[in-house]
Amino acid sequence: MSLASMSFNELRLDRVSRAFGSFHALNQIELVIGKGEFVALLGPSGCGKSTALNCIAGLLGTTGGGIYIDDRRIDQLKPEDRGFGMVFQNYALFPHMTVLQNVGFGLKMRGLPRAEIETRAQAALALVRLQGQADKLPGQLSGGQQQRVAIARAIVIEPPLVLMDEPLSNLDAKLRLEMRAEIRRIHNQLGATTIYVTHDQDEALSLADRIVVLRDGSIRQVGTPHELYESPLYLDVAEFMGFRNRVVGKVVGVANGVATISTEGRELTGRAMDALKPGDDAVLAARGDDVIEGTSGANAIQATVETIEYRGREYVGTARTATDMELVFHGPRQVDIGSRISLEIDALRALVFATGRAA
Amino acid sequence: MSVEAIQTRPRVNAEPDRPGLRRRLANRGIDGVTLMILPALLFVLGIFVYPFLYGLVLSFHPLEGDALANYREFFSDPYLYNTIGATLKLAVPVTLLSGILAVPIAMRVRLLQRQRLLTTILVLPITLGTVLVAEGLLNYLGAQGWFNRTLMTIGLIDSPLRLTNNYWGVFVSLVITVFPFTFLLTLSYISGVDPALERAAATHGANSWQRFRHVLLPLLIPGLVVSACLTFVQAFSVFPSAVLLGAPSGPTRVISIAAAQAAFEEYNPSKASAIAMIMAAVQLLVVAGLLGVRSMFYRGSTAGGKG
Repeated sequence: MSLASMSFNELRLDRVSRAFGSFHALNQIELVIGKGEFVALLGPSGCGKSTALNCIAGLLGTTGGGIYIDDRRIDQLKPEDRGFGMVFQNYALFPHMTVLQNVGFGLKMRGLPRAEIETRAQAALALVRLQGQADKLPGQLSGGQQQRVAIARAIVIEPPLVLMDEPLSNLDAKLRLEMRAEIRRIHNQLGATTIYVTHDQDEALSLADRIVVLRDGSIRQVGTPHELYESPLYLDVAEFMGFRNRVVGKVVGVANGVATISTEGRELTGRAMDALKPGDDAVLAARGDDVIEGTSGANAIQATVETIEYRGREYVGTARTATDMELVFHGPRQVDIGSRISLEIDALRALVFATGRAA
Repeated sequence: MSVEAIQTRPRVNAEPDRPGLRRRLANRGIDGVTLMILPALLFVLGIFVYPFLYGLVLSFHPLEGDALANYREFFSDPYLYNTIGATLKLAVPVTLLSGILAVPIAMRVRLLQRQRLLTTILVLPITLGTVLVAEGLLNYLGAQGWFNRTLMTIGLIDSPLRLTNNYWGVFVSLVITVFPFTFLLTLSYISGVDPALERAAATHGANSWQRFRHVLLPLLIPGLVVSACLTFVQAFSVFPSAVLLGAPSGPTRVISIAAAQAAFEEYNPSKASAIAMIMAAVQLLVVAGLLGVRSMFYRGSTAGGKG
């Protein structure tokens, strides 16, 4: 029996592992995904996010643990028996079939009557706004249109779960933004449970209800986009979420969750993310947006400008401190390359991590 | 002339500059590098086109009778015209069988880690040459050969099967010599199909047969037809194994034997040329027919998208 028509409450990964020889691509992944949720698997390349998706799709066998839909174990099923929809990075459209045949493929494999296939495929094409293109071959469409066809093909079978493997990474920047909104719209309209693999934090933040950050085959942190953006638990997760600036120093004081570190003879404060005590080595992490070129001197560090570029509303540049730390900063005015400036770090948004613990 | 003079000189005839001959030829893709095809061109002209035309003309100058006498003789003598049927009866099943064997084997080999080893083993018969294969098979498939002895020892048969000096001997030998070509071509076509397509088909509910039937096969047909053409032409010109393993005056009297006899037994090069021309015409018809079938299928890229 196909799972396609099944209603379910949750998809559960129970200590799912996948090893290639001695290399552990996935290490005891534990995750529960609720019906209708949009979950993004986020991480740098090689973190195991695509491996996880392929294991769920059945395109790759697991070497440990189990995958369950409610109480039904599915990790032994063949991909064709799972009834999921999948969108691939390179679209993977059947080049010899028309757009309509591509979209109707899953329905045809399920032996539905021709008339119903046609109606449902047309409806799916309308959903991705490709009504007029039904009789074209995929090769005649643009990249964005091809990916819309791939999405229509995945959702037309009304799958309990839609899997998306970096669906936007082959598109150019403008189209990517457009398709991102499109994917969110379709998800809102259909409410299909979706697992979305990406290495782009912006995509994950804007699309997902919940983000799973993976690293070296293990789950690093799970949370809502807001939680991950504001309070990454580890320095590496923070860096992945855009905390590009790291200021290395020694803790001089901790009070009410605020840590003060000393570096280059100055004191900087930020939110303490770890248990810290005076004398510990620590890193203060801050986003480029939270490091502002200014003159007030509060929570500031001195640096020499290395690059500066105009971004329309403001200037963005890089500067180097006396101890060779490179910082990205934003500023209201053009500053000369080579000039000494004072960079103010937003104490409410900067995070202080203990070094040694975060790898 | 000073620079100023050039700039200020009024252009009376505003007609755009016509580029030189060299430039115009280069725009059409003809330049010095084009000359490098000359040796190949001379080779083709001298080794292929000229002998072919010479044979064609020769075939219309029979030893006796009018220009078409050779052709008339061929199509009125069953001993001659039956060779077409005999050859087709060998070449067509051999082509089909090697194609049917090559597809599943190539599909399997494509997934193997040690592709090189298996490919080498499968391709080895090419290097041996048809004569060696025929001689070997003569012993192996003969009444006292390993094949018959094994079958008798197991008890499957009581008396040896007659597999040499008849149709089956030639058939087996042809399959062995022709298969590597078919296999290599098929393997390259199958490897060229984007593996993501099969994964996409599987996730959307296609079982392995449906994946083959609806995705892989339609994308392979054009390639398989081309490989069938090459296999067929190769099998159609069978000669050594038909003589060594077959019954050259009976069921495996193929068209090339008729041509050889005309040339070297009757010393009638004109008649031999005519037979060769008929042979070429049959091959051309079959190949044209196959390519006609091919044009009805999708022949574009076998990739599933960009990147």
